Amino acid sequence: MPMLSKSAAKAFFLGGTALTASVFLGLTWDTFQQLPARTNAAALSESAIRGKHLWEDNNCMGCHTLFGEGAYYAPELTKVYERRGPVFIRAQIKDPEKMYPGERKMTNYHFTDAQIDDLIAFFEWAGKVDLNGFPAKPTLGAAAQAAPLVAANRPAVFSQLCVTCHSLQGAGGTVGPALDGVGSKFDAAYLERWLKDPVAVKADSKMPKLPLDETQVTELVAFLSSQKKEGAQ
Amino acid sequence: MKFQSQKVAWGFFATCMLLLSLQLIYGFIMGFARVGMDGLHQYIPFNAARATHTNLLVMWLLAGFMGAAYWIIPDECDRELAWPKLAWLQLVALVVTGVTAIIGFHLNWWEGRKFLEIPRPLDFLVVIDVLLFIGNIGWTVWKAEKKSTTSMVLFFGLLAAALLYLPGMLPTDNQTVDSFFRWWVVHLWVEGVWELIMGAILSYLLIKLTGVDREIIEKWLYVIVGFTFLSGVLGTGHHYYFIGTPKYWLMVGGIFSALEPLAFLGMAIYAFSMAKKGGRTHPNRVALLWTVGCAFMSFVGAGFLGFAHTLPQVNMYTHGTLVTAMHGHMAFWGAYAMLVLAIIAYAMPLLTGRKIYEKASAGFAFWTSNIGMTAMTLAFAVAGVSQVVLERRAGMEFLTVQKEIEVHFWGLILAACLFTLGIGAFVWDFIRYGMPNAPLKSGEARSVTPPEALPAATVARA
Repeated sequence: MPMLSKSAAKAFFLGGTALTASVFLGLTWDTFQQLPARTNAAALSESAIRGKHLWEDNNCMGCHTLFGEGAYYAPELTKVYERRGPVFIRAQIKDPEKMYPGERKMTNYHFTDAQIDDLIAFFEWAGKVDLNGFPAKPTLGAAAQAAPLVAANRPAVFSQLCVTCHSLQGAGGTVGPALDGVGSKFDAAYLERWLKDPVAVKADSKMPKLPLDETQVTELVAFLSSQKKEGAQ
Repeated sequence: MKFQSQKVAWGFFATCMLLLSLQLIYGFIMGFARVGMDGLHQYIPFNAARATHTNLLVMWLLAGFMGAAYWIIPDECDRELAWPKLAWLQLVALVVTGVTAIIGFHLNWWEGRKFLEIPRPLDFLVVIDVLLFIGNIGWTVWKAEKKSTTSMVLFFGLLAAALLYLPGMLPTDNQTVDSFFRWWVVHLWVEGVWELIMGAILSYLLIKLTGVDREIIEKWLYVIVGFTFLSGVLGTGHHYYFIGTPKYWLMVGGIFSALEPLAFLGMAIYAFSMAKKGGRTHPNRVALLWTVGCAFMSFVGAGFLGFAHTLPQVNMYTHGTLVTAMHGHMAFWGAYAMLVLAIIAYAMPLLTGRKIYEKASAGFAFWTSNIGMTAMTLAFAVAGVSQVVLERRAGMEFLTVQKEIEVHFWGLILAACLFTLGIGAFVWDFIRYGMPNAPLKSGEARSVTPPEALPAATVARA
């Protein structure tokens, strides 16, 4: 290539770098103008900030992802507040192995209740940051059709807590058995005793005693009782 | 070896071998944890293994770059290092800081910020250590009568890498801001200034190994690093798709990262054509194999596999999945691990006067580690794509999907065994090379001093 001299190559390198670096710095400046609104910085409470530092000091990113960043050993937590809710998050952090017995392990950090409050506040804040649509809603299979099939009496706590381990109509976890037709197998009184303390009903049950209040138990019993065998079709 | 002070490079290279070996062990800990064999969880939980694995990588690559600089700069500048003793002290300080950090990880002392987990007080020690290094190299270049393009690009690459460490230390309470500046360090390192270092080391190796005219090689060096920065700086945008930053980053990041493979492709074509063009057959064929292999594998790992999931439409589903681990493994291996192994393969015969490169183990190390890493990448790819389809597209539960893809981690472990065999051969050869200028055992022959080293060496010792 006789046309290109070494000094021209050098000029291309220096010029190109200067150009892209200036554009990059300009966009950075603009980004910072928009960040307070996009990240809802006004709602970033003292508690959420403490939660952020707990997240960092314990390297939660070493297993989980947040905004899709971190390791891939444990679930993505950006929308965990919306997906699981504070009751589940608290129970999970308090005693991880009880929530997923015999499954992939999470360290118990022995956080105080106040610290767990901070982490929950942090997740709540993170879930509201404008992430340009991430994470996208699933578009294939059962998940795509799940919305129209959801029964009107399905309680919120079922969608946040129960599906973590159990599935219904093919959607949900596989840690515990599927709940299709559970209303034909057990009567309401049994389901109520079971939900209040699984181990008291069946000593070798791996299901943890969940921190449910009376209303939640009543709602769940009504919903589970309505899951009759033929209804699963 | 032209100058006595180049010996310090050996210390850095030995550190590389040690940290690389340790890195493999932590990789296996994670691989086994993923197939349910997590007996070490209580002592080395996954996040500790993960931080140790990646930080060992960063540390041995930095040690490798420093060793390379301490080897190349005296050679290129035609003078001894400014302060050889300081270089040794700086090595010891680096190792002490690194070991402290790694012990800290096991005691839950760290910053949970991907790739930058080193606890804040130790960050300052790293900065001081790197400043000592930059000072030593910089003063040597400054005092030199001739300032070659290769040495200048290497020096400014290292200086820029040191400066770019600083944005990672900005304190913030906002996770988005935290992430934003973390990528200034991580992305602008590996897809920016580290490529300056890579280009300079490659060009040094090609000048030495192929005998092609320096002016031609250095001209193309400028073209390639030009393309790197043209695409890589704004390519940072591919980390700003989904972290709370404005939507225009999807377009900026998408377009400019699509250009990034071109820089790597350029690097590969450059290495291949120079190797072909070179009239001289340097006796150290294995060093040339690592050099050209590095340019090729970095194109596959960093260029091609990076591009495979960098378009925003694709990244929406692959972001935060094992697809990233697929790209990450081969990118780091191809671009930077192989680069450091190339300079070690080149420098060791000259440092020690032994010709281990003639032995079968040298070629075995190259091919086995590369086949092993390719197989590992494939295992990650199958696991990653399955995860994307099942979890992100079909909405299955995280843990259910993890069980579904567990079998691919057995594949990963098998591939990693092959890789380890190759690295084991490389480390074994390193040990057989022995200390720099160690007395020879009877029956061993000194390698022929390369012709280019003769006159200067005579002058330097006179």
